[in-house]
Amino acid sequence: MKPPDFDYVAPTSVDDAIKALGSDAEAKVLAGGQSLIPLLAFRLAGPSLLVDLARVDGLDHITDEGDRLVIGAMTRQRRAERDPVVAERCPLLVESLRHVGHPQIRSRGTIGGSVAHADPAAELPAVVLALGGRVHVTGHSGDRTIEAEDLFQGFLSTSIEDGEILTAVEVPASGPRTGWSVVEIARRPGDYALCGALCQLQLDDAGAVVDAHLALIGVGDRPMRAHAVEAAVLGGASPVEAATLAPDGLSPGSDVHASSDYRLHLATVTSRRALTQALESAA
Amino acid sequence: MTTHDITVEVNGVAYDRTVPPRLLLSDFLRHELHLTGTHVGCEHGVCGACTVQLDGDGVRSCLLFAVQVDGCAIKTVEGLASGPELHPLQAAFSGAHALQCGFCTPGFLMAIDSMLDELSAMNEAEIREALSGNICRCTGYQGIVEAVQATVAGDKHDGR
Repeated sequence: MKPPDFDYVAPTSVDDAIKALGSDAEAKVLAGGQSLIPLLAFRLAGPSLLVDLARVDGLDHITDEGDRLVIGAMTRQRRAERDPVVAERCPLLVESLRHVGHPQIRSRGTIGGSVAHADPAAELPAVVLALGGRVHVTGHSGDRTIEAEDLFQGFLSTSIEDGEILTAVEVPASGPRTGWSVVEIARRPGDYALCGALCQLQLDDAGAVVDAHLALIGVGDRPMRAHAVEAAVLGGASPVEAATLAPDGLSPGSDVHASSDYRLHLATVTSRRALTQALESAA
Repeated sequence: MTTHDITVEVNGVAYDRTVPPRLLLSDFLRHELHLTGTHVGCEHGVCGACTVQLDGDGVRSCLLFAVQVDGCAIKTVEGLASGPELHPLQAAFSGAHALQCGFCTPGFLMAIDSMLDELSAMNEAEIREALSGNICRCTGYQGIVEAVQATVAGDKHDGR
């Protein structure tokens, strides 16, 4: 369980970090390390150089930009979980963070690291996808933004290019009469979910749903947005009716923990519960 | 591979050491500083036995490299009590029979100590959730939860 040998640098600027990353084809970014270090321990990853972003200036911030919330990539999950601005502007993120690992993991784990790692069962990539957020990346050829729907490409895979660094995660701020919910089915609390649903709904003054966001985790090679369910809810369908559409387009794999059919069943169950709870908390 | 010179404060004492990047903080504490109170269980971030405090936060020392904590302050279970008297949390563990074999105990103590303020506002279910990052195979957790409740209530535990 000991990591393999590697070289290590801890640059203090984004420019220096990009230079270091470009200096070695086998270099990897080290953010909080709470996923990467176990991968090293299991020898599932063997980078020759780790570029630690912990001392890079300007990557640890929570910025309220009115209709958007921008969170620096190296913001620790525990800080975001406790931050009053995040609680007010993006309560779904706070609720999701409570499901990430355990407190000691969240002390070190970062917002950007989890999104860039793109685990299909992880909460934070699904939050960004569900809310239609985006990420800011920087590389040799400059800065760009990647919409969440274009970001997740497959198992632990994103459209962030080699040599690029994710610098910030951006999500739309929630409006009035917004409800949210995160429902997961896991073998043990804190484990990766067999299936989970992350939901945010907004109601108008008459109580009709005018904005619907639902993403599912653990049911594919990436987080999946449940467009059919969202459309049904916006069309006035009840949570029970809408949730029956959750398995549409999904083909989860089977493993020792759950069969594909069971995961599809859970997609409906978690969607129904998340929609119901979100509606209740919005009312 | 390169080595790095680091300065780390552990339990109030500054240590200068030269470390290879792959050296885990858990191994640094145990093998370099001979602070063997920090236990290593799963060594991939699941069991919580290696929990220490980094600048006050509970962290898993097996999911950190020593080189990452250059300039930081670490507290291990050896730094919990001052002098021969047990820390109130340790006394509560003793009083509530919150340990049997003791392997997981240092991790529990350091995790709980890092969260005492939050734990004091929690009900039993929330305490159990907050402690879910630490695994105990002996006690069934009942005594551990009782020890937390006794500590945040300020009860003196002298054994049952």
